[in-house]
Amino acid sequence: MLGENFGVKKAQTINRRMFIIGAAKFVVFAGIIARLFSLQITENKKYLTLSDKNRLREWRLPPIRGKFLDYFGNVIADNLNVYQLHVIPEEVEDFKYLMVRLKNILSISDNDFTKIIKKKNNQKPWETIIISKNLTWEQFTKINYFLHDLIGAKPVLSVSRNYPFNENYTHVLGYVSEASEKDILNNETIKITHVPGLKVGKTGLEKTFEKELIGTNGIQRYEVNAYGKRIRQLDHTDGVNGKTIQLTIDTEIQKLCNELLKDMAGSISVMDIYTGEIVAMQSSPSFDANLFLFGINQDDWQLIRNDPLKPLVNKTLSGLYSPGSTIKPIVALSALENGIIDENFKVNCTGKIEMYGQTYHCWKKKGHGIVDLKSAMKQSCDTYFYEIARKLGVDRLKKTSIKFGLGEKVLNETFGNEKKGLIPDTKWKKNNLGKGWVIGETLITGIGQGYIQTTPLQLCLMTAQLANGGFKIYPKIIVEENSKTSENIKFLMNKNLDVKNNGLQETRELLGFTNKERHERLFENSKNMKLVREAMFASTNEVRGTSYSSRIEDPKYQFAGKTGTSQVKRITEADRELDLKTFEIPYNERDHALYIAFGPYKNPRYALSIVIEHGGSGSSTAAPIAKKLFKLIIDRHELREKKSKQNDLET
Amino acid sequence: MQYNSFNTQPTFFQKLKNFDYILLICILLLGLISILSMYSTDGGEILFHSKSHISKFLIFFIMMIFMSFLNIKFWHYFAYLFYVVVLFFLVWASLYGIKASGSQRWINLYFINLQPSELMKIAIIVCLAKYYHRIQLNKVNTFQVMFVALVILILPIMFVITQPDLGTSILIALSGLVVIWLAGINIKYFVYSFVALLISMPFAIAFLQPYQKLRILTFLNPDRDPLGSGYQIIQSKIAVGSGGLSGKGFLKGTQSYLEFLPEKHTDFIFTLFAEEHGFLGSLILLLIYIIIIYRVLKIGAVSRSYFAKLFCYGYGSAIFFYVTVNMSMVLGLLPIVGSPLPIMSYGGSSMLATMIGFAIVMSAKINHKQLIA
Repeated sequence: MLGENFGVKKAQTINRRMFIIGAAKFVVFAGIIARLFSLQITENKKYLTLSDKNRLREWRLPPIRGKFLDYFGNVIADNLNVYQLHVIPEEVEDFKYLMVRLKNILSISDNDFTKIIKKKNNQKPWETIIISKNLTWEQFTKINYFLHDLIGAKPVLSVSRNYPFNENYTHVLGYVSEASEKDILNNETIKITHVPGLKVGKTGLEKTFEKELIGTNGIQRYEVNAYGKRIRQLDHTDGVNGKTIQLTIDTEIQKLCNELLKDMAGSISVMDIYTGEIVAMQSSPSFDANLFLFGINQDDWQLIRNDPLKPLVNKTLSGLYSPGSTIKPIVALSALENGIIDENFKVNCTGKIEMYGQTYHCWKKKGHGIVDLKSAMKQSCDTYFYEIARKLGVDRLKKTSIKFGLGEKVLNETFGNEKKGLIPDTKWKKNNLGKGWVIGETLITGIGQGYIQTTPLQLCLMTAQLANGGFKIYPKIIVEENSKTSENIKFLMNKNLDVKNNGLQETRELLGFTNKERHERLFENSKNMKLVREAMFASTNEVRGTSYSSRIEDPKYQFAGKTGTSQVKRITEADRELDLKTFEIPYNERDHALYIAFGPYKNPRYALSIVIEHGGSGSSTAAPIAKKLFKLIIDRHELREKKSKQNDLET
Repeated sequence: MQYNSFNTQPTFFQKLKNFDYILLICILLLGLISILSMYSTDGGEILFHSKSHISKFLIFFIMMIFMSFLNIKFWHYFAYLFYVVVLFFLVWASLYGIKASGSQRWINLYFINLQPSELMKIAIIVCLAKYYHRIQLNKVNTFQVMFVALVILILPIMFVITQPDLGTSILIALSGLVVIWLAGINIKYFVYSFVALLISMPFAIAFLQPYQKLRILTFLNPDRDPLGSGYQIIQSKIAVGSGGLSGKGFLKGTQSYLEFLPEKHTDFIFTLFAEEHGFLGSLILLLIYIIIIYRVLKIGAVSRSYFAKLFCYGYGSAIFFYVTVNMSMVLGLLPIVGSPLPIMSYGGSSMLATMIGFAIVMSAKINHKQLIA
């Protein structure tokens, strides 16, 4: 009885206590449900975002760089498909073994081999190592053949820059190479677009137009797992290709320039005298820009760097030369414009003049006798120009020179390496050298020696502006969109034909047809322009002219020009006595040979400048090049005209 | 008439009729869900984990049905032996067990790698239920009775905690304490020991393994090391939270599919389920567990013997502990301690223990009128 009582009580105790636990259980379950609710309903958005952040990764693809075209639409800088070999160390079981195998298959040099090993040790295991940037087809097939044995090696199809005309455009276009840290820091566009291995412009137009050329990245979105491995591609956005840039250069003429300058240090610039379009611009010697694409090898680099002819310098823009006698048309024009002389002004050349105890020699020892403007220009009589320079003074000469494009950058900021040159005056000397100007310096400035320094492109622009009748033009190397060049020029040319040489006066109105303000008049009296042009004609096409032997008689090709021979060192009396032939003088002491010209004379359209470093004399070295060049320039003119019209139609 | 039915053995068909079918259906349902979840962890294919889980579930489920026909008296009779054998296995595991991931928990029985600590979760309840079955209510609070009960409880915990396996030892402790509490021990002892626990906490922490300390620190602030020790809990919360109301869909849980979830087969199986089936799915799963617990407790309520009653109450509470500790852990409410979700988690020993527990419960149901002397 007692036991049963206890028994009932025991069961009651157990049940009662169970009930307490049961109640507690409800509370706990409610807590768990509340937690689930807060995570899954209240904070769902937050965790969904975190989950997507976990699983989605974006990969930026290298952008496709814009092309360069020449005036006729030929591709001069392109993108080529190349085969590369990539290795991601993380995915390789036995890195050493793989590398040794690859070394044998691709015959990698010991030097490159240690470089790759070094690179591997310096980067994260999941970062790609590029073993070879440009596999030959043979290597590519070989790799694929052995691929089963090369776990982790990945043959990849990639895109690389290509310059089909090799050395012909190197100084104009520059070249691309892998972006350095500095490139990325200095250029916001590169920073935004950068992917490993991206190549950017290092010099030339490739550098200047980086922003336009670079294009935008394509984007691939992948789902990745916890280890960062790509599981599947979700979507793909194509990038926008970089802008295609068309140059005003004619590849055929450019190529001929390169040929004509073969084995010489020098440059040729050719310009349309109305539009300012640069038709050719070559600096010699050049080098193959393709060498830089995958990192130039040390031997090639040393060869280029140590070449005494300085292939790395773009001589058209950064080469500074005394213009020599090529300045004479400007000196003559300045003297005429300032009323110092007229066409009948005469000087008696005895071979030298004395002034304040200094002797100033004419290049012709015996002297030219009595010369007027035309014959002085024709025979490049130094005495005549000493005399008129003395009368003119250096300050007035500077004014005219600057007007015609000397002493200022021709292409503004288009090329980072373009130089301004120097046109001296009295003020400049006082400010920079702290000494007063002496009259003798005026004399030698009058024959383009002394302080005066010009670039070949400036001489070309000067010639073009003399040729077009004296109107300011704006040189360009890029074909601008929306410019109705051909219509204006056609109209202008027709007018010019009617009025023949005298019609140059009209040019201003014709050039100003589109924009009067821009084509500012550079002269006071059109008769003076005509006189200078006639004197230049005589220099090339009349007997005893300095470039008479380089003349073309066919009026279609006939051109007018002016030779120049600029000294690189002071000629002593002893030198003068010796009177050595060019080949007898050490290379570095030989005179620079220069030539400026425009043509065809009757109806001018193109101007050029030629500079051959240490070439001897302008008439013997530089002028004959112009003869060969003009034929092609004029022959190509019709095609160019047609293309110009076509370009206008397109825009 | 009634008296007779108390003592005569029910026939086979009567036994069959007395099965708790609701409980059975819930277990089957849970089994099905667990198999589908395992299939999902294998990435939508029937691979090692799915195959192994299916076979374990089926074998142990059938074993449970057969064992249900054993009279509750049998369990009462062999209760101590069961406890002693499992304890022996525990000692064996400590001495000669298989080591894996820093602890020594398993013994190799050739057909199965047995984790005796899992079986101890059941054995402790069986043993204490038998112990208190005979003890009269007025003796429960005597020193002698309490001392023996504590020895029964502490002995296995000592072995489990040194394996080391904090999660399982806590669950064993909770299961044992529930039975001791139900037996009628004075509430003041619980209060005393709770106070003692708080005081000894700083000393206890000194004895924790470095990885256990790390887990507690991580629990307090998972972001202190998001890629290291905090990784599991952060990723688990992301998975559950991103599931939303109705989930990402079966086989579409990106967190588990893309291997952001650690231990998704075992302790974190609920995370995967919650990610794929969302809040609604989680509620349904929780409901199944609640029904199971309710049925087990109800069987305890109708059982006439103290042994059956104590066991059912104890086991029902134990399931509650397993479920809530596991869920709280993956939801970031408790530190990460190894504790499987019954039936859902991959693992043979846990499945075996759970099914033995259900077999005893089922036997108690069939023989609920049985009195044990």
